[in-house]
Amino acid sequence: MNKSAESIALNLIRRNFNIKNDDNKPLIALAGNPNTGKSTIFNGLTGLRQHTGNWPGKTVNRAEGYYRYKGREFLLIDLPGTYSLLANSTEELIARDFICFARPDITLVVADATNLERNLNLALQVLELSTNTVLVMNLMDEAERKGIKIDVKKLESCLQIPVIPAVARDGKGLEEIKKTCYRIIREGIKFKGIQMSYSREIEEKIAGLIPVLQRNLTFLEDKINWRWLALRLLEGDKTILYSISTYFPVYREAVNIIQKGDVQLDGVN
Amino acid sequence: MLLNELAIEQVAEITAVKARGRQRRRLLDLGFIPGTKIKALRKSPLGEPVAYLVKGTVLALRKEEAELIEIRRLENE
Repeated sequence: MNKSAESIALNLIRRNFNIKNDDNKPLIALAGNPNTGKSTIFNGLTGLRQHTGNWPGKTVNRAEGYYRYKGREFLLIDLPGTYSLLANSTEELIARDFICFARPDITLVVADATNLERNLNLALQVLELSTNTVLVMNLMDEAERKGIKIDVKKLESCLQIPVIPAVARDGKGLEEIKKTCYRIIREGIKFKGIQMSYSREIEEKIAGLIPVLQRNLTFLEDKINWRWLALRLLEGDKTILYSISTYFPVYREAVNIIQKGDVQLDGVN
Repeated sequence: MLLNELAIEQVAEITAVKARGRQRRRLLDLGFIPGTKIKALRKSPLGEPVAYLVKGTVLALRKEEAELIEIRRLENE
C-alpha cells in the first residue's frame, strides 16, 4: 500500500473511535493510572480547545482536544485511567484497543512520581505494545516533599524512551512535552523502548506462534505488534481476536478460523 | 495465613498469590505482588469487600479474592 492509501486506511480505523482527523494532525494519546494528573496535563495542553463525550457505545467518558505548537496542530485523546492494559474492564479494553488499533503517533504515559513501582507496570505494558511512547513523570513536587529522588536520566536509559519530569498543576513540564512531541513528529524519531523478555519456554512459544499468526492474519501486515498479539493469545485473552474482527470487519472470517481453533496454535488453549 | 484473615489496622507482607491465569495477572497488575507490604484499612458494613492499602493506593477486594493471597503478619510500626 502506498503512503496515502495507508493513511486513509488508518483514518478509517480511527473513525471507529470517533476520531475525525482528515487533515492528518499527529495523534497523541494520554494513558496512565487513575489519579496521576492525566486530565490536568490534558487540560494544561489543550486549554479550552477540547470537547468531552463518551467512547462510542460505552458509558466511559472521553475527552478530545488539540493544541498548537510552532504552527502545527496536535490532536490529543485522553484515555481512561487504568492500572493495566489487559482488557479486564471496559476502560482497559478502550485504552488497549485505542493504542493497538488507532495506533497513536505518540502515547504519553503519565506516571505518579510518588508511586513509581505501581505506575511503571502500565508504562511497561504500553511499551510492549508501542515504542512510540514518552513517559511523563508527574507530581514531582510531591515526590520531593516525600523525600523521593528520581534519576530521570537513569530512567531514560533504562526504558530507552524520553522521560519528562512535570508538575502539571503548576504548568511545569508542559512546554517540554510539546517540544518533545514536536521533535518526534518532525524528525520521525523512533525509540527502541525496553522490551520485557520472558522465560525460555514462553519465548519459544512466542517465536513459534508469530509465523502461524502472520500466515493466517496476513491483512494485519505491519498494523499490529505480532509479539504482543502472540503474548495475549498465550495468556488466553480471547478479547483481542474479537477486537481484531471489530476493527477489520472485512476479515472476520480469517479471525473466526483462529477463534474456532481450526488453526493449531501451539501452546494456546 | 490468608489475606481475608488480616484484621483491620493490621499490617502484613504478601508471600504468595495462589490465583491462576487471568485472575492472577489481574491481582499482580493491581499491585498484590509477593514481597509487598499490605495494610487492612476498613470493612464495608456487610463484612466485605475490605479496603487494603497496597503500594500507595487503596484497593478493595472481595473475600474470595483475598483468600487467594497468602500473607505473613508483620508487627505494626
